Amino acid sequence: MDLRVDLGGLTLKNPVMTASGTFGYGLEFAPYGDLRSLGGIVVKGLSLKPREGNPVPRLAETPSGMLNAIGLQNCGAERFLKSMLPGLPWRETPVVANLYACDTLEFAELAGLLASAEGVAALEVNISCPNVQAGGVLFGQDPALAARVTEAVKARAGSKPVMVKLSPNVTDIVAVAKAVEGAGADAISLINTLTGMAVDVRTRKPRLANVVGGLSGPAIKPVALRCVWQVSRAVSIPVVGMGGISSATDALEFILVGAGAVQVGTANFLRPDFSFRLAEELPLAAQALGITDLSTFRGSLAVG
Amino acid sequence: MPHRHCRDVPVLAVAPAGPEGLANGLWRLELENPGFTGVKPGQFAMLRPPAWGFDPLWARPLSISRALDDRIVFHFLVAGRGTAAFTRLAPGEPVTVWGPLGQGFAVEPGAPTLLVGGGIGIAPFVEYAATHPTPGKLALLFGHRPPRSCYPYDELGAMIAVESFQDKTPEDIPRFVELLEKRIAEHAGGLVLACGPTPLLRSVKNLADKHGVRAQVSLENRMACGVGACLGCVAENPEGHRVQTCVKGPVFWADKVTL
Ligand SMILES: Cc1cc2nc3c(=O)[nH]c(=O)nc-3n(C[C@H](O)[C@H](O)[C@H](O)COP(=O)(O)OP(=O)(O)OC[C@H]3O[C@@H](n4cnc5c(N)ncnc54)[C@H](O)[C@@H]3O)c2cc1C
Ligand SMILES: Cc1cc2nc3c(=O)[nH]c(=O)nc-3n(C[C@H](O)[C@H](O)[C@H](O)COP(=O)(O)O)c2cc1C
Ligand code: FES
Repeated sequence: MDLRVDLGGLTLKNPVMTASGTFGYGLEFAPYGDLRSLGGIVVKGLSLKPREGNPVPRLAETPSGMLNAIGLQNCGAERFLKSMLPGLPWRETPVVANLYACDTLEFAELAGLLASAEGVAALEVNISCPNVQAGGVLFGQDPALAARVTEAVKARAGSKPVMVKLSPNVTDIVAVAKAVEGAGADAISLINTLTGMAVDVRTRKPRLANVVGGLSGPAIKPVALRCVWQVSRAVSIPVVGMGGISSATDALEFILVGAGAVQVGTANFLRPDFSFRLAEELPLAAQALGITDLSTFRGSLAVG
Repeated sequence: MPHRHCRDVPVLAVAPAGPEGLANGLWRLELENPGFTGVKPGQFAMLRPPAWGFDPLWARPLSISRALDDRIVFHFLVAGRGTAAFTRLAPGEPVTVWGPLGQGFAVEPGAPTLLVGGGIGIAPFVEYAATHPTPGKLALLFGHRPPRSCYPYDELGAMIAVESFQDKTPEDIPRFVELLEKRIAEHAGGLVLACGPTPLLRSVKNLADKHGVRAQVSLENRMACGVGACLGCVAENPEGHRVQTCVKGPVFWADKVTL
């Protein structure tokens, strides 16, 4: 089966990517599988300067899911480019830099820096992080702001494809999707985490130091599927789906509702070889369902 | 660095530790060795039975108490849902295991080394004593509340000099700290290695500092991935940077971590 996908200029050998923040800088997972077997590696969200993130506890387990309030701790773009990227097999598997900034100017500067690196195949713009004070999800909640950030990044990205990552924490995700498409995005990825919280009646305290955090994992899959379904029908650029993918069937569900590729997030914590296994199992699971061609299966959901 | 693996391996045995283990929630778990070689005492593994489905979601970290060619052994305390579910595992049932993870304890054959175990924190010292090149240099000080028989204490006693202190009430703790101070002071020029509850680690850090003894502490922060990716398990270092306990630790030099 031909598993190749084109995501607005970014070509993947198969549709299995890793989701930002759940696969470290990639090398953490090298002992558990062959990084070259993945469709793409999206690294931890990078900012211009290193960030220490939020205080602990920053993670909580919830029914079939988890909350995180990491607050984008990362080593900074420069250190990533210098020390981590060279160790990744970027010639064989595209490495996508996920970026976060506090304002449009900073987004542009960061995009320029990351896009100029040979080993960075594409940019994923995080306008949907619920865990940071400035910027973060705010950009993703206002179509006009989302478009401004997209334009700014696009202007500095050169020939590198720009994927914009959307938040489900909005009333009309289609409006945001259309805005970023109009602003020149080459692809859209979704969904980022849903804002949630967990509390302890015994200690009468929140379970996260930040009080609220982002919900991910199998619990959010229905919301994610709905978003991918709505957005992929409304835009003409490729859509990358994620949210709770924990089996090959889950991945096929996202492709069925229109996703060009998928990203694996929380499932990487269930076992560190999960993404590698998924890349292997996806074509087998498709074949078992009589699917001979992913491109005709893609978006073929029969409604009504 | 030892090679790391993720494998589904069968449970060989799971049973309460000693006659009073069940009443005190202390258990011993043996799994087929997933291919772990070159384990450094103090390293740990992440354990997750596939039968959990999505609830609990995360694997649970346990110190490798013994790594033998055919099996790996853990000692654990039932702390909540995950560890309670471990007690219900049946022999032959698969458990997804990855490791060996993290930094182990320093091994200095020439240095008189004091091992300080608090409760289930004794677990990694079994492997430590069993693989140390000069066990004659080792001494264990063990603080505990449930009976000693619930822990691999006698197993250690067969290998190295051991001493225990049972605190029956919180009022006993200052006496344990006095004893701890005495033993740490005796190890000036040597090494103190500690694993147990944070207040114990804090005492060890402070006393080691006071007596100029080099010390290492093993932290038990909440972990989701165990491989350095989720950034959930961070501890703070004296420079104010947040570092992943799972890969930079769990064993830290005491002066390199804020407790
Ligand atoms: C590197 C490392 C090595 C460890 N080695 C051992 C070991 O050899 N034997 C052993 O018994 N335990 C060990 N622990 C602790 C063990 O991982 C926790 O007790 C376990 O994860 C709790 O899971 P649970 O589902 O039973 O509790 P949950 O239901 O998740 O939580 C119940 C309560 O348990 C406590 N708890 C939860 N997670 C932890 C944690 N990571 N550390 C301490 N307390 C926690 C909290 O008070 C929590 O409220 C280790 C932890 C780490 C990080
Ligand atoms: C611990 C953690 C850290 C994350 N960090 C980032 C990040 O830095 N940038 C980003 O765009 N998304 C981040 N995410 C969101 C994921 O990439 C993904 O969108 C989300 O988890 C939903 O997918 P899942 O249910 O498969 O985990 C993070 C998620 C988790 C759980
Ligand atoms: S447990 Fe995930 S980074 Fe340490």
